[in-house]
Amino acid sequence: MTPVLALESVSCTFLSRDDPSQRYTAVGDTTLVIGEGEFVSVVGPTGCGKTTLLNVAAGLLQPSSGTVTVLGAPLAGINSHAGYMFQTEALMPWRNAIENVVAGLEFRGVAREEALERGDAWLKRVGLSGFGKRYPHQLSGGMRKRVALAQMLILNPQILLMDEPFSALDVQTRQLMENELLELWSADRKSVVFITHDLEEAISLSDRVVVLSAGPVSHPIGDYVIDLPRPRDVAEIRLTPRFIEIHTKIWRAMKEEVLKGYAQQQRQ
Amino acid sequence: MPSSKDNRAGNGRLRLRAFQVLLLVLLLVIWHVLTSPTLLPPIYFTEANQAAFFFGEPVKVFARLWRWFVSGEIYEHLWVTLVETLLAFLIGTVSGVVIGLWLALSPTASAVLDPYIKAVNAMPRVILAPIFFVWFGLGIGSKVALGVTLVFFIVFFNVYQGVREVSPVVLANARMLGANPRQLLRYVYVPSAMSWVFASLHNSVGLAFVGAVVGEYLGSAKGVGYLIHQAEGFFDMNTVVAGIVLLTIFALVLDWAVGIAERRLMVWQPRSGETERV
Repeated sequence: MTPVLALESVSCTFLSRDDPSQRYTAVGDTTLVIGEGEFVSVVGPTGCGKTTLLNVAAGLLQPSSGTVTVLGAPLAGINSHAGYMFQTEALMPWRNAIENVVAGLEFRGVAREEALERGDAWLKRVGLSGFGKRYPHQLSGGMRKRVALAQMLILNPQILLMDEPFSALDVQTRQLMENELLELWSADRKSVVFITHDLEEAISLSDRVVVLSAGPVSHPIGDYVIDLPRPRDVAEIRLTPRFIEIHTKIWRAMKEEVLKGYAQQQRQ
Repeated sequence: MPSSKDNRAGNGRLRLRAFQVLLLVLLLVIWHVLTSPTLLPPIYFTEANQAAFFFGEPVKVFARLWRWFVSGEIYEHLWVTLVETLLAFLIGTVSGVVIGLWLALSPTASAVLDPYIKAVNAMPRVILAPIFFVWFGLGIGSKVALGVTLVFFIVFFNVYQGVREVSPVVLANARMLGANPRQLLRYVYVPSAMSWVFASLHNSVGLAFVGAVVGEYLGSAKGVGYLIHQAEGFFDMNTVVAGIVLLTIFALVLDWAVGIAERRLMVWQPRSGETERV
């Protein structure tokens, strides 16, 4: 079976704009393979190049070396099979919620009426019916994330790339959003790459957790299968013994890297 | 209760307006008292009517305005000045937006043209007026050209900046959602630059008037600037001030129109003070 998304021996080196002799290798020799319908989380200390990796998978960034394959074909330009949910605000502030949700359909030339109909349905699915006319600044942080989720899912992408999408939310809203994400995901099992620095979030959502080392030249140092039963409730599953067992095992491997990453940030 | 709150807000605004009008009246009274030859003995000047000579008299200024409108003498001058201003404003804004977008989106062109743009912007462009007279004659054309050079750079720099300030995340998101370069321009760059454009339009209104009036002042046979220039020749300060008042009123009207368009088109922008006090 061909994997849905495969990054092979990818490395990314950035040149300093002021001084080209200064180079920074964010990601080095990383191989990451995502199967069909698989929910994979990538965890690692801050500044370890998780976002870089995701941008490579999205086609927003050309890797310095290595190959990216999407559904068996090498990736050129933007990854049109993928939807991307960004860590920071990515909604167009000059469009209201419904117009943001249907933006992708509009870009693809879907008729206005049909687009609005589908947009309404998606707003309802993410629990925002009646909020279509609100502009992003009139919505709460959690609501904006829901709009972003609907904006991505309305295009029915086969791969979901999510970059710490809920990190800016408070704990309660976050758990609600995580459960909703799992529910939406379980309906048609897309392949998901979920970036986070929160190990608990990673374990409670995923089928597989990949741990990255601290940067520079970060690379995977562990790959763990999460055999917790589904459907899951992210708040409850954290209390089960099996969860704690997995958490302890992965944390042991991660701890050293986190400390390394922390020390590096202190030095900068 | 919403009604009482509305009332309170309404009262506050009414009071503010009342104070503003009061201030105007006060200034007019002071002006009148200090310049009238008969009310007070001269404080600074040696003769009673010297203050009126230098500063004009409010009553006579309004009498002049009144006569202009009643006789209909002003309309053709006002019309010429307004046409010049509006044309300069429109041409300057549209060309500023188009060229600003173009240069902001093509790094090579902007890198090549950068020193020239800086030079032209730094140049005191009113100096160009005599050249425009040679090129476009003493009619409307030369004044419009002068106004355009003033308006263009304001709008241009704001559009340029506005495009540069587009959030890279919003841009990446639109690309992931499948926007092609043309759609990016239409749905991301232009709306993002619009808030900068509107900020610049308020300045541009004033400068469009400057272009028109200075152009008329330097050489013309029609327009409010021409009237002011002529009155100056006769030391008729009341007419000069009347012309200034007239221009100010129309500049305010145009600025108000820009404000209305801005509120219409910029509904998506968060406004400070959107919460209400209870």
